[in-house]
Amino acid sequence: MSQQIIFFILAAITLTSAVVVVTIRNLFHAALALMVSFLGVAGVYVLLEAPFLGMAQLLVYIGAISILIIFAIMMTRRLMQTNESPFNAQAVGALIGAGLALAILFIVIIRFYPMAPGDGFGQSAMVVDPATLQSSVARMGRSFVSAEAYVLPFEVASVLLLAALVGSIVIAWPHRGEEDNQ
Amino acid sequence: MNILDLLKSLLSLSLGDFIRRNFGTGPGTELLIDLGGVVILSTFCLLIVIFLIWLTRKIVARMQDRIGPNRVGGRFGLLQTVADVMKLLSKEVIHPAGADWVAFNAAPLLIVISALLMWAVMPFAPGVIGVNLNIGVFYILAISSASVMVILLAGWGSNNKYALLGAFRAVAQMVSYEVPMILALLVPIILASTMSTEGIIAAQTLPFILFAPVSALIFFVSSLAETGRTPFDLLEAESEIVAGFHIEYSGMKFGMFFLAEFLNTLFMSGLVVTLYLGGYRFFGLENWVSADGYPYGRLIGLAAFFAKTFLLYFIYDWIRGTLPRVRVDQILNFNWKFLVPLSLALVFFVAIVDKLIPPGTNVVVRMTIHLLLNILIAAVALELLRRRGRQNRLAMSAGGGSGGVEAVAGHGGGHDDHGHDGPQPIEDVPDVLDTPLGAREPVVIPVH
Repeated sequence: MSQQIIFFILAAITLTSAVVVVTIRNLFHAALALMVSFLGVAGVYVLLEAPFLGMAQLLVYIGAISILIIFAIMMTRRLMQTNESPFNAQAVGALIGAGLALAILFIVIIRFYPMAPGDGFGQSAMVVDPATLQSSVARMGRSFVSAEAYVLPFEVASVLLLAALVGSIVIAWPHRGEEDNQ
Repeated sequence: MNILDLLKSLLSLSLGDFIRRNFGTGPGTELLIDLGGVVILSTFCLLIVIFLIWLTRKIVARMQDRIGPNRVGGRFGLLQTVADVMKLLSKEVIHPAGADWVAFNAAPLLIVISALLMWAVMPFAPGVIGVNLNIGVFYILAISSASVMVILLAGWGSNNKYALLGAFRAVAQMVSYEVPMILALLVPIILASTMSTEGIIAAQTLPFILFAPVSALIFFVSSLAETGRTPFDLLEAESEIVAGFHIEYSGMKFGMFFLAEFLNTLFMSGLVVTLYLGGYRFFGLENWVSADGYPYGRLIGLAAFFAKTFLLYFIYDWIRGTLPRVRVDQILNFNWKFLVPLSLALVFFVAIVDKLIPPGTNVVVRMTIHLLLNILIAAVALELLRRRGRQNRLAMSAGGGSGGVEAVAGHGGGHDDHGHDGPQPIEDVPDVLDTPLGAREPVVIPVH
């Protein structure tokens, strides 16, 4: 019961700030609201007994991506001073698209991820063994590097990140003859 | 009888057990215990800062051949900070014109909140911990990286270009030094094979500083930069610029930033103690339970923890009182060109070597192997630095002395290593500027 109360509070925070992100005129405030939204999602992860994921959300999205977004906003002076309405004339199309996406998600979740055996829709939470939760980080680490699990996606992602890193260094590297003019 | 029980519980730091014995175990009781714990922990943290500020002022004053606070509250000026807090509280609240109201007011609150949140996983004594997360160290990293955001908020919200510049500098420094800090933290995590702070202490039958002195040193240096202490205190270089990102804050809002800085420094001391110096361990005495079931050993553990933590805190102040400040390019170069590669190599080799040692090996043997590995890595790093420094000095002296801008600019865009370890000056290359940081670049003030 208390979990559901906390979930609804978190959901309210996440959704409200998400709405603020797209409706507010001040871009800097929109970025702040986006952070609050990320924070709410991190809270949902913690509530789902996935604290590692929650903290990764905090570290990556608030600690890195939000800072990147805010730097980008601050560096572009003209972007800060626009006072245009954030709305355009595509509300109907967006509504239809969002409705369809919701319907697909709903069907997928109901059909392919049923609740615990014997439970109907929305009745009781699944009970997870505490020992499983305690070792979840270690098991996640092992499944990243075990051949039966996710070693291939993990390595592909690593190579992608490495390529991005090398690419950024190559772009930032001073070209010959351009060193003097800073 | 009940009072005696209460006193014994207080003395053995097991008030929660006392409440459970007397009021039964249920969700209501647990909620009460949790809330009480939160209140006690955060109040303690906020109050100890008053003492810390006094301590720092006294220590630094002694190092600078001054007396320090000596008027308010007796000979030692014990109440000086209390008076300062009163002054800050009674000052006018000033809003700069055009300041962003939300960001300007949220920043001082959020920075203290994030500083307090980290204390939740700090183990004070066996069983005396806010919450024993199995991802404790990761939690600390996540919270501290989120606090970088707050500085940006403060700098932006002030509507002041100097505050914004200060915030950019602070963020650049903190984001950079997070990298070696995380990498150095991985070493005790590998050694203990857990991320829980209590688990790391439990794994230290010998303190990890004997296993991983290089990692401890890297962590200590980057924690100096993370908290913005000397020699990395150009976030608010008092003698050069006014205040950096919190220039527009006055009164208690400024006090909040001050509070968070001291809280973070004490936290970092405690974290070094937890990760490398065995935390609350004190020759097994901390687990002593008396015959009638009260764990009095916790008190010994608490005393041991605070003794070690304040020793570390004294070292932070010692550095604050003695070392000069370094330039911003030196800070970033030292990080990216020395600390990050070193800590990457360290994590790599420690992980391999720790896997090669068969499980069940005597802890002293394991410690010796790790110590030798650390000495080897440190020696190789210093030797590389020494060679690099010699090359740079030769290039400089060939290119027209220490002021040779062309010589340095032709050297690949400031590509020289800034070895802080100070390779010995070489006699056959005279008239070379040898600053304490071994910097060989001409001082060019970057215009942003």
